[in-house]
Amino acid sequence: MTDRLIVRRDTYYDSVTLMLASSDAEDVEGVAFAAAVTATPVNLSLIEAQGFDLTGENPGPNDLIVALRASSDDAADAAERAITARLTGPADVATGAPGEIPPRSFRSATRRNTDLNLAFVSVPGRYATVEVAQALDAGLNVFCFSDGLSLSDEAALKKIAVGRDLLLMGADCGTAIVDGVGLGFANAVERGPIGVVGASGTGIQEVTCLLDSAGLGNSHAIGVGGRDLSSVVGGAMTLRGMELLDADESTSAIVVISKPPDASVAARVIEAAARTGKPVVVGFLGPIALEGDTPANVTVVDSLEAAAQEAARLEGGKIEISSLQSEARTPGFVRGLFCGGSLCYEAMNVVAATGRRISSNVPLEPELRLADVESSEGDTFIDFGEDELTEGRAHPMIDPSLRNERLEREGRDPEVGAIVLDVVLGYGAHPDPADDLARVVSEALGRRPDDLTIAVALCGAKRDPQSIDDQAKRLEDAGAYVTRNSAQAARVAVATVATTTERADG
Amino acid sequence: MADRPLLGHRPNVANEGLALFADELAQQGVPVQRIDWRPPAPGSEHALARLALATERITEANDRALARLQAARPLVAGIGRAGDLIEDMDGRTLLHAGPPIEWPDMSGPLRGAIIGAALYEELADTPDEAASRAAAGDFNFVPCHERGAVGPMAGVVSHSMPMWIVANEAAGNRALCTLNEGLGKVLRYGAYDGEVLDRLRWMRDVLAHVLGSALEVLGEPIDLRAMLAHALQMGDEGHNRNRAGTSLLLRELHPALLTSEEPTSDKVEAVRFISGNDHFFLNLVMAAGKATADSASGIGGSSVVVAMARNGTEFGIRLSGTGDEWFTGPAGEIDGLYLAGFGPEDANLDIGDSTITETMGIGGMAMAAAPAIVRFVGGSPQDAIDATRSMYEITWGESEHYQVPSLGFRGTPLGIDARAVVHTGVLPVVNTGIAHREPGIGQVGAGLVDPPMEAFVAATRALADAL
Repeated sequence: MTDRLIVRRDTYYDSVTLMLASSDAEDVEGVAFAAAVTATPVNLSLIEAQGFDLTGENPGPNDLIVALRASSDDAADAAERAITARLTGPADVATGAPGEIPPRSFRSATRRNTDLNLAFVSVPGRYATVEVAQALDAGLNVFCFSDGLSLSDEAALKKIAVGRDLLLMGADCGTAIVDGVGLGFANAVERGPIGVVGASGTGIQEVTCLLDSAGLGNSHAIGVGGRDLSSVVGGAMTLRGMELLDADESTSAIVVISKPPDASVAARVIEAAARTGKPVVVGFLGPIALEGDTPANVTVVDSLEAAAQEAARLEGGKIEISSLQSEARTPGFVRGLFCGGSLCYEAMNVVAATGRRISSNVPLEPELRLADVESSEGDTFIDFGEDELTEGRAHPMIDPSLRNERLEREGRDPEVGAIVLDVVLGYGAHPDPADDLARVVSEALGRRPDDLTIAVALCGAKRDPQSIDDQAKRLEDAGAYVTRNSAQAARVAVATVATTTERADG
Repeated sequence: MADRPLLGHRPNVANEGLALFADELAQQGVPVQRIDWRPPAPGSEHALARLALATERITEANDRALARLQAARPLVAGIGRAGDLIEDMDGRTLLHAGPPIEWPDMSGPLRGAIIGAALYEELADTPDEAASRAAAGDFNFVPCHERGAVGPMAGVVSHSMPMWIVANEAAGNRALCTLNEGLGKVLRYGAYDGEVLDRLRWMRDVLAHVLGSALEVLGEPIDLRAMLAHALQMGDEGHNRNRAGTSLLLRELHPALLTSEEPTSDKVEAVRFISGNDHFFLNLVMAAGKATADSASGIGGSSVVVAMARNGTEFGIRLSGTGDEWFTGPAGEIDGLYLAGFGPEDANLDIGDSTITETMGIGGMAMAAAPAIVRFVGGSPQDAIDATRSMYEITWGESEHYQVPSLGFRGTPLGIDARAVVHTGVLPVVNTGIAHREPGIGQVGAGLVDPPMEAFVAATRALADAL
């Protein structure tokens, strides 16, 4: 075996291109391990875990690291060539007229094309403030997929957006649907009368997919980013989104979804909801104490599932929640391994309601924060889409390998009785998530057929590019319980380990 | 009303970052403009983020700076002597190109020009004496830019040298530049032998008078903006190629030269001299650039570059929003063609105030107008077009006056935005001549050079600090 470590200073490639380059190199015969990654802490620890010694390299966050392990120098050379070929391959920048130089900034792009109305920003988070500000200055609405902006920058940028009457979706916005066009991670749901404003990407996905399953379409879904309802940002874009949907003729009912915000912001959201002339369902993911009476046109619920059901009811429809039942088996801990933050949160709420205390990197209560995201403690839920795990990496909905590796590990832990997962389909997501996952599920259950349960929340719509029925079947064939929403997957999982609390406490 | 409303309008997207998302939108039939984004220049990230939150103010300031650049109308107002035109210019003051520098740090050609000017002004009798007086601190070195002037290459100006006076009618300011000596062995490239000094004396005693009289006869000031606009349509870019501009100038002066009362032999000599020097017009262009750029300086918050200049050791820039402060980095090595018998090993680093042309939206900015000169770097006409096109990425606007025929008469890129330079990593294209590294030899070639990114990073940081 030969190991090779190459550090290239100040070399930028996007995380998806690097993922493809790594995968090309791993496909070369004789290559045991290959990684071409940005030198972020998560990526460095992955490379060190493979036994590579980074002492003395001191790579910075703008550096590219290539780590290769191959059976021979020739194989390592071939892997290096494969990476170079991918990284220097045909530029994916559309060139327009011959000799046309692609724009290097939003300012340049809008000077060339005055029809542009939306900036999509997915640059590494530490650069995003500059890009968003420039897009707003150029008069563009913004979908900011990038995470890692400071809260004060987000608040300042949203203030600028409000002043210019523009929408700033994000930072860390996963999903939106505008005029039937999916932005980021979005599902191919039918168009219809229900508008959504969500401080939660996968929350929007689950609600729009559940509504779609009941034949109820979407007018627009406006993502605002997970921190829009923080007291610093004050719900700036949630309020703006409600105003826009109120004014939008194709919208007859509005759903607002978010983790529970602080009370003053929640009150502002309810007031704004009351000001719309349309029925509004406010779904806070978890219990919230609200003062005073709820206005007549507003219904407040505490889960994604209930928000979707209530919205369906307003439009005279009904959502069928999977009637899967599981049986209590061996007691054990519940582990949740999620790509979608809100799906994780919704599942935690269900499990916590049974009296379990869940450690997490997105904890329900601050004192439940997991000390080390690599080590589960008791009942543990992990959101692999959190900033700390995505820096310099593709989002787990695109590259679920970290999550799937963790599933393999958790499945071997004899103290674990049930595992809840999500699989999110739609635009932007992995083209075939069941492929690798079904194998890992099947191997895990094969090792422990009698005392391990795996439940999958499969979030998707019938018209999604990945066939939802096919994905469901392959996961079911692998032995997983498959439901169409997170709360139900959590209920199925927790039911199988119903007696664990004593052991966990004892 | 939103600038560009979204709901109810089909998204029309500019994508920056992951190509995956652009692909996804294209699959849905949505028009997508992909942006070729790269991380900003190292060291600029924090400053850019701070400036980003003040974008509105900077936009307003840059709009004002651009409006001044557009409005500038430089006119030839006459010829005078440096000592008469520049207030604190005594006999021992020597102006030079670029940011401030003292003798120990000066490169060969700048030292050569200082020696030459000292001999010309009779401040010393021999080159050695001139050098030792310079080293002893007997001369007062001041950047041209700090006295309302500019000078090509070494840019050395002394008390008795004649200077073009160019007035900017729009803002009421004026700028000065020496008269061009021609190519080869000349003071501005650091040469100082008898031939060089004789020419300087002839320029002072004869050429300046001939031109001054002609201008008086002409009566009407020469409109440099209009002349330059024509020259750009005749294959000049106003920095490394001034053949058309020189011809136009001579054509304009011709009747006045014929009717002025100077001795015919002087006039013949002067016309022969100008006709034999394709760069004669350059110094007028530079004064026009200085008058233009100065009128856009001093606007708080503006990231528009109002000076780029090199002293042969350092490349310095000034921004409209950061006052008189220079931001510098090492002068670059020039990528170019050499005169027979010379090569890269003979070359000095980049030198001269002539980058005022790029600052005013011509020169390298207008490469596409001058396909003939891309041969300096072995390039093709397409390279010239690409060079100009890439400059629109870093300029705040486009000239209303200077146009490029091959780009459909699009205005040249105008108003370099230092913030955009560090943000995109695209450096201004600079055309320049190459001086020999040793004093006393002169020009050895011409080509293109990259300004140092660190000067733009430092300027951007200072602008952020000043907010």
